[in-house]
Amino acid sequence: MEITRHDIVIVGGGGAGLRAAIEAAENNPTASIALVSKVYPMRSHTVSAEGGAAAVAREDDNLELHGFDTVKGSDFLGDQDAIQYFVQEAPKELALLENWGCPFSRNEDGSVATRAFGGMTTKRTWYATDKIGFHMLHALFQQSMRYKNIVRYDEFFVSKLLVDGGVCRGVAALDIRTGEYEAIVGRAVILTTGGGGKIFPFTTNGTIKTGDGMALAYRAGVPLKDMEFVQYHPTGLPGTGILITEATRGEGGYLRNSKGERFLVDYDYGVGNKAELGPRDMISRAIVQEIEAGRGLSGPYGDYVHLDLTHLGADTINAKLPFVRELAKTYVGVDPVTDPIPIRPVVHYMMGGVDTDIHGATEMPGLYAAGETACVSINGANRLGSNSLTECLVFGAAAARHAMEFSQGSSNGSDAALLAQVEEEAGRVENLRGRKKGGEKISEIRRELNAVMESGYGVYRQQDTMQSGVGAVAQLRGRVADLRLEDDSKVFNTELITALELANMVEVAEALAVSAAHRKESRGAHTCRDFTTRDDENYLYHTMAYHDPAGPRLGKKDVVLGKWEPEERKY
Amino acid sequence: MSSTNTGEAIAPTQKTIIITRFDPDKDEVPRKQEYSVPCEDNWKVLDAVNFIKDELDATVSHRWSCRMAVCGSCGMMVNGEPKLTCKTSLKEYGDRVDIEPLANFPIVRDLVVELDGFMHKFEAVKPWIKRAKEKAEDKAALHDTKLTFSQSAEELGNFKQFSMCINCMLCYSACPVVANEPDFLGPAAIALGHRYNMDSRDEGNAERNEIFRGEGTVFSCSFANECSEVCPKNVDPAAAVNQAKFEAVIDWAKGLVLPSPSSGGSN
Repeated sequence: MEITRHDIVIVGGGGAGLRAAIEAAENNPTASIALVSKVYPMRSHTVSAEGGAAAVAREDDNLELHGFDTVKGSDFLGDQDAIQYFVQEAPKELALLENWGCPFSRNEDGSVATRAFGGMTTKRTWYATDKIGFHMLHALFQQSMRYKNIVRYDEFFVSKLLVDGGVCRGVAALDIRTGEYEAIVGRAVILTTGGGGKIFPFTTNGTIKTGDGMALAYRAGVPLKDMEFVQYHPTGLPGTGILITEATRGEGGYLRNSKGERFLVDYDYGVGNKAELGPRDMISRAIVQEIEAGRGLSGPYGDYVHLDLTHLGADTINAKLPFVRELAKTYVGVDPVTDPIPIRPVVHYMMGGVDTDIHGATEMPGLYAAGETACVSINGANRLGSNSLTECLVFGAAAARHAMEFSQGSSNGSDAALLAQVEEEAGRVENLRGRKKGGEKISEIRRELNAVMESGYGVYRQQDTMQSGVGAVAQLRGRVADLRLEDDSKVFNTELITALELANMVEVAEALAVSAAHRKESRGAHTCRDFTTRDDENYLYHTMAYHDPAGPRLGKKDVVLGKWEPEERKY
Repeated sequence: MSSTNTGEAIAPTQKTIIITRFDPDKDEVPRKQEYSVPCEDNWKVLDAVNFIKDELDATVSHRWSCRMAVCGSCGMMVNGEPKLTCKTSLKEYGDRVDIEPLANFPIVRDLVVELDGFMHKFEAVKPWIKRAKEKAEDKAALHDTKLTFSQSAEELGNFKQFSMCINCMLCYSACPVVANEPDFLGPAAIALGHRYNMDSRDEGNAERNEIFRGEGTVFSCSFANECSEVCPKNVDPAAAVNQAKFEAVIDWAKGLVLPSPSSGGSN
């Protein structure tokens, strides 16, 4: 068994992980930083973000406005200290990204251009046509290559945190190429593995988004916060769930129902005199309402409405939304220059995640989290579009600074104790590999999990299906322990990795289900048909889910207010 | 053109999908295995491989993630041509579709190839913004003033296309030079180095041009243009190699008549 020592270990190589690695490497050039990822960093799902990243840039904008937009977007569940820190750091972080080569789109005078986005009162979304995630990820990854003290473990799957004396001291990681375990030890660990959208059947998320970091922390005793809040992006392609960016509406696109009407005008969610620029939770609800009122269209992949860009013209679409045009042509056979794009709401983002403070620190000394994996929370009950990429940068950097500081004051754990943990974990996973005596195969259980999540935790929810979902997911947790696996090879055994991911998905799903069923109000993305209003008297708190063999235990954490008083959320 | 959303669903077509199988612990050489797959009309090639993995044979190994042609994971040979399988319609092929790992790379297992060499080539071109003055004072100023560089539409246009590479490696599979000379720096890495050379914010081109004048780089290119033909993102790496070659020569010629600036630091 190999054991390697580093100052800090970062798990996940997307936007937050790469930003953390760069910050740590700059912070201390003699420190050794491990960057462990189950995929090569440029495959990370940050790559799929399209519309842009938010930070105050214009004369008509200020931090106060960005802060309040974010608080209001969160339906007053975001922590206001974290949000103020976030909006203050955001312009610096995006400027750094620009300095590192990200090819931002420009104004005529050569300055970075900004576009309108939902729930934002002015243009503050920095963009690179419609591929900001791709460009951000590649700029960060390429920048990271200049630091020789970043040691990459590409295609290593982390299945357990190493905890000794209550302090997180590293990870047990399976080298996917060899099938062998390694102990990757550090005096602090940062989780940056993204969300877990793949627990749902219809999602913008790539197949790698299985909630790994959330499950790692949760099983180690760290609570998951606000897991009931799942963002449905209004505009996904039917069938595949491929994202069509909100920038389509930022650039002037309309949603139309089966009668061809710009129906959002009637809902009055718009911001800045633009009906289509409401926040995502509200626009998704409006689409569902149109469909339920019989004004949707139907196809083999369910009911949908139209996203109409035809009035923008070919020049604007080619200049600002070329990827959208490519995606629509390739995946639904529609050219948005001439025809409307079929779209429907699609699972996109988890507002909840590993509970952290404003520095990315969790309850466990030595363990940090940032990005979608974490819940600081700046997003509360509903994230505003284009805040999440900036969040990866701001809190990836913050977590790195504090993890580095912690690591300098922390001692190494005992090699023997850590190795024993890795050997035990390697033995557990060895028993799983090619486990032919088991009952059901991965795809059967995953399909069932997906069905439970879709029926219980959609755009609109109700008590009975949420409650029955809790039981169904608990039962699936038992069945995952008895998987039947066919592949007994050691080398690049993707079935084994998928089995470990499925176990993570079920953990995350169970925390989500229990958290959702307990919240008897409607707030942000958690909208209940049987509890239709927000209830600040009883539910203005963060939901904390703690792992327990008998099922999640819930607790509460205060929301940090202080600057803006909760008020009715009207646009 | 049939759509994946509007209109009636079309009944699946049965196709024979042939997958290259190789497990270094069990196989001396790669072998082929056939699967009969009910393919839906709107499927991409990747959907058929995923169907096999989920429903027919869980031991098949392949890489994929975003299924929207941007993460670059799922490159494979499809009937002998390198393709991004999540972007390639299955119905363009007949009853038998032969899926192999990307050519010109060592096979790890089944459809999974080794990226080590590719990643080293990437790092070799120093793909990051290099400034002559490194950079503490720049950074202090940045944190005070939120400093960004100015860039005109023309300056952005000089490199934007070459920044679109998703690292899918199809161009290495198509390149006849890579086939004969595995250490050739190759289309994507040269395009990436050139992308930074052409970026108005960068001042590292002297160093990269020196790399480009080395052995196994731009002058090894035979201009087959195969790289640009298979590129799923229209990066046109062949044009980048061509331009890089020209720049490297000009830069060298300038060095003959002008005193050489001191070469940059190690990173």
